[in-house]
Amino acid sequence: MNRLSRLVFSSVGSKYVMALTGLGLMIFVIAHMSGNLLIYFGKDALNAYAHGLMEHPVLLWSARTGLLAIFLIHLVFALRTWQENESARPIHYVHENTIQASWASRHMMLTGVVILLFVLYHLLHFTFGIFDPEHFKYVLEPKEGDVAGMVIAGFQQPLISASYILAQIFLGLHLWHGGSSWLQHLGWNGRGYDAVVNHVGAVVALSVVVGNCSIPLVILMGWIY
Amino acid sequence: MNFTLHIWRQKGPQDEGRMVTYDARDISPDMSFLEMLDVLNQELITKGEEPIAFDSDCREGICGSCCLMINGVPHGPERGVATCQTYMRVFEDGQEIYVEPWRARAFPLVKDLIVDRSALDRIIQAGGFVSVNTGGAPDGNAVLVPKTHAERAMDAAACIGCGACVAACKNASAMLFTAAKVAHLALLPQGQPERRRRVRNMVEQMDREGFGNCTNYYECEAACPKEISVNFIAQLNREYLAACLDGSDE
Repeated sequence: MNRLSRLVFSSVGSKYVMALTGLGLMIFVIAHMSGNLLIYFGKDALNAYAHGLMEHPVLLWSARTGLLAIFLIHLVFALRTWQENESARPIHYVHENTIQASWASRHMMLTGVVILLFVLYHLLHFTFGIFDPEHFKYVLEPKEGDVAGMVIAGFQQPLISASYILAQIFLGLHLWHGGSSWLQHLGWNGRGYDAVVNHVGAVVALSVVVGNCSIPLVILMGWIY
Repeated sequence: MNFTLHIWRQKGPQDEGRMVTYDARDISPDMSFLEMLDVLNQELITKGEEPIAFDSDCREGICGSCCLMINGVPHGPERGVATCQTYMRVFEDGQEIYVEPWRARAFPLVKDLIVDRSALDRIIQAGGFVSVNTGGAPDGNAVLVPKTHAERAMDAAACIGCGACVAACKNASAMLFTAAKVAHLALLPQGQPERRRRVRNMVEQMDREGFGNCTNYYECEAACPKEISVNFIAQLNREYLAACLDGSDE
């Protein structure tokens, strides 16, 4: 047990924690996007998917609890390693320089904090209906909750759409680095999959940004109403 | 060639340091960076000033002593060389050059540009060795080593322990150094008996020294004068996980 706790809390073990929780969150982001893209098959398709989730409250709430736990572990370990990294170099260079580290890799804390704030806003908006309750009334209507109607009413407001699109760009930057980084952390680099390891982050990031941003854009253009 | 140098001067570990500007005049493009500093120091000595303290030893890129942060890049702008093999011709005439010591909590400053890198030695002492009992040498072909392993081990063993990876890393992490040392012994038959214990002890010593964590900036690989690949860090991650899950040697 002692050895396992050392594993989790050591510098190398923290990589495994960040990689595995990051992978879990990335899978969630992809699954969440896939569900949302059902809106392109009509409002009924999205509503049927949403009702399907609601009809299994035990499954839904287990998934939500698990997701929350993964999210919190990712957050706590990020803050812990960040604090250690800050203290590892108390005096900074007068002439700072970067050779090859990507912008995304150097701003994981910034993009992460923006994502955290966005997730809080997004939950209050579309999940709990506290922010902007007039959109949420579509879901609360008796019997047939209209999730698609709520999404469309929400994204028809340019400011809300803009905030979602901006948040997706930050999420994309986070995934650009994290989407590849987890494979290096789990030790998959240098085993003949380097091309996959080096590019999967960019592919996931671009897919998520394009997929998620397309929904508010299409609604703003009036193509779905 | 002429240069304007901004160099970190600090009398001792407890003293306040600051950047001091010097002019380097009539420098030959074929001088190494250290030779340029020698010329400057000679001028300072002639004027009765304290010369700039910096580390150097072999001056042929194999000892890892000469550790200067040049314009924010360890060992200067040229890839794959140490400071001693960085020649002034890679700079532009009239260029401003910032020279600073390695910055990391684990590398306390001694004087001017010299830092104490004993932390790396202590990581080696924690496990970066093989214990071999004396006796007759085995027959040449009795111990088989795959060619790919031998070459990868040699790539990792090229590490000269200069600490450029720590200096370059935004987190001041020593992960590439430790990875290279762990990997080169893990790839060879002589390293097998202590393989698990070695990686556990070296990683734990690295953490105790106060180095930062690895977040895959890959600055270390770009700054390394021996161009050691971050693939060895992936190997370190695998080795450490396996060693922590299997404690049969503890």
